[in-house]
Amino acid sequence: MPDGAKPVLDVRGLQTVFRTRGGDVHAVNSVSFHLEPGELLGVVGESGSGKSVTMMSLIGLLPMPPAEVREGEVLLGDMDILKISPAQLRDVRGRRIGFVFQDPMTSLNPVYNIGNQVMEPLRRHMGMNKAQAYTRAVELMELVGIPDPERRLKDYPHQFSGGMRQRVMIAIALACDPEVLIADEPTTALDVTIQAQIIELVKELRTKLGMAIVWITHDLGVIAGIADRVIVMYAGQVVEQAPVKELFANPQHPYTRALLKTIPSVTGERETRLKVIEGQPPILGAAPTACPFAPRCGHAFDRCGAENPIRRALGAGRVGYGHDVACHWDASKGAAHA
Amino acid sequence: MLTFTLRRLMFAIPTLLFISLLIFLLVDLAPGSPMSQIPLTVPPDVRLKIMEAMGVNEPVFVRYFLWLKQFFVVEPLVLWDHWFGTSYSDGMQRIVSWQSRSPVMDIIVERMPQTLTVIGTSYVLGVMIALPIGIYSAYRQYSWFDQIGTFIAMIGFSVPTFFTGLVLILVFAVNLQWFPSIYDTSLRVTDWDSFLAQARQMAMPVMVLALFNAAQISRYMRSSMLENLGADYVRTARAKGLSERIVVLKHVVRNSMIPVVTVIALGIPSIFGGAIITEQVFRVNGLGALLIGAIQGSDLPTVQTLTFIFAVLIVLFNLIADILYGMLDPRIRYD
Repeated sequence: MPDGAKPVLDVRGLQTVFRTRGGDVHAVNSVSFHLEPGELLGVVGESGSGKSVTMMSLIGLLPMPPAEVREGEVLLGDMDILKISPAQLRDVRGRRIGFVFQDPMTSLNPVYNIGNQVMEPLRRHMGMNKAQAYTRAVELMELVGIPDPERRLKDYPHQFSGGMRQRVMIAIALACDPEVLIADEPTTALDVTIQAQIIELVKELRTKLGMAIVWITHDLGVIAGIADRVIVMYAGQVVEQAPVKELFANPQHPYTRALLKTIPSVTGERETRLKVIEGQPPILGAAPTACPFAPRCGHAFDRCGAENPIRRALGAGRVGYGHDVACHWDASKGAAHA
Repeated sequence: MLTFTLRRLMFAIPTLLFISLLIFLLVDLAPGSPMSQIPLTVPPDVRLKIMEAMGVNEPVFVRYFLWLKQFFVVEPLVLWDHWFGTSYSDGMQRIVSWQSRSPVMDIIVERMPQTLTVIGTSYVLGVMIALPIGIYSAYRQYSWFDQIGTFIAMIGFSVPTFFTGLVLILVFAVNLQWFPSIYDTSLRVTDWDSFLAQARQMAMPVMVLALFNAAQISRYMRSSMLENLGADYVRTARAKGLSERIVVLKHVVRNSMIPVVTVIALGIPSIFGGAIITEQVFRVNGLGALLIGAIQGSDLPTVQTLTFIFAVLIVLFNLIADILYGMLDPRIRYD
């Protein structure tokens, strides 16, 4: 992707806090990233790293309260969608930004048939009448590879398999031809073979329709096969950002390196134990003032406990473009960063 | 669905037969004699003759089968004759009340309208109040509306109806004199004034029972809504850009109604039996009052027949609840 193309989605300094009885939990801490037209951005990180919360909060899908978006801008084109009214935001949801969620078993309403649920966004956003919406729904079902669409539209969610339901979710998300598709671990709940089918489907739809995609996952193998660019998240912040090949060839952040090491190899000697990253990601009661990964990091030194590193670009590029990392330790020199 | 319904109806027959036997035996075991209402001046040999004439001296199973025949054969034939002017039931012995010596079914038909208008209205009103309150309380959980609703619901089902009834009588009938404290069964609604009079005398019993029913059902609705409001499909509906109104009223309510429908349907038989106390408090001359009177007078045929009718209603509404289930939830298909 060329530098400088106007991003379809530009997130700057997003900060989300959950207000709980035990105090605030800082789930997203000044996250910035952008999404270029037609790009597939992978977002990785272990459970609890703030991947989903980031995506949900930028479109207001978190229950508020307890969630609260404290700061930041989310520019969709020229419009800051954190500042618009709830009614305007509803015009954006489903129309300009589509969603696919993790668990297709529970993401569809069990008491309405598939046709009803696929036609809903069409009638809501596109001003279609029933007949037009039905025609489009049949097209969409064909598009996502569901055979015999006319009959299947009359069926209920429980009559579909997991993979088929996820196809329906994708059809719903793409119904109004959105600019951005946010897929929140869309394959996590599926069998490996079905996972591969869904990934192939998304790749194919992307070339056909040209929307930009944010793909949230904790599966680096999936990212390697599908993403153009990757951001790695830890404790609600972006710790590394790079094009996918660069990230796998030249990981900088100790967390990224540790993540890559946890992938079991299919070639070479069989390992007796799977590699893990010891410890748990922290639950942040306050905005971090130290590097949140320091307690689990093999390279941590005194500066890591005193100062939260900001993202710095590697080489000549800008932060957010090319390769950048938030770490005090310089992996290429094997020493502390100046 | 049809085969399911038919199958369930077939299964209901042995169930009901067993219930009828149980009721018959239980009532028969109860102390008290049908002679307790007869003055002591009547000599013992005359008493014996009366007992014999009533068939009380027969063994229990003979009386049971007689009652079965009367309930399932004679009474339906009487109804048939009444509707179509035939005379199949001529000369057959109907179930007769020991107290009033008139057929039990006739008394029940006479008392039914009072119970249906007062108790039925209160139930419908209770459900109509409860559902919106339950929906809104859940949607705005822990809001002022929800807190107040919870408080009133707690009062509603923790304070017994005979107490709220008496408080209402004290306030509205004795002190303010807005409503009469005794229900006048002979009142016929013919014009506006008599309609107002009917509405006034229904107001208090209806209020008491509606509060009680609404309190219960609104709590069920609220908790069912809360369960569904956090569901993934609700997030999907919001992600489509649907308005909150559609998200809640179309997506959440229909799912939440599934368990509540059972509660509502199973509550219907209890409006006949459960309102016994309220009917006493407000002197409504309905089925509840009839049952109490029959128990006090050791009027076994009336008690047995009424109790059995309640049992039939419970079985019937159980079935209706199951059918409604299938209509609301496509995952439940009975065939």
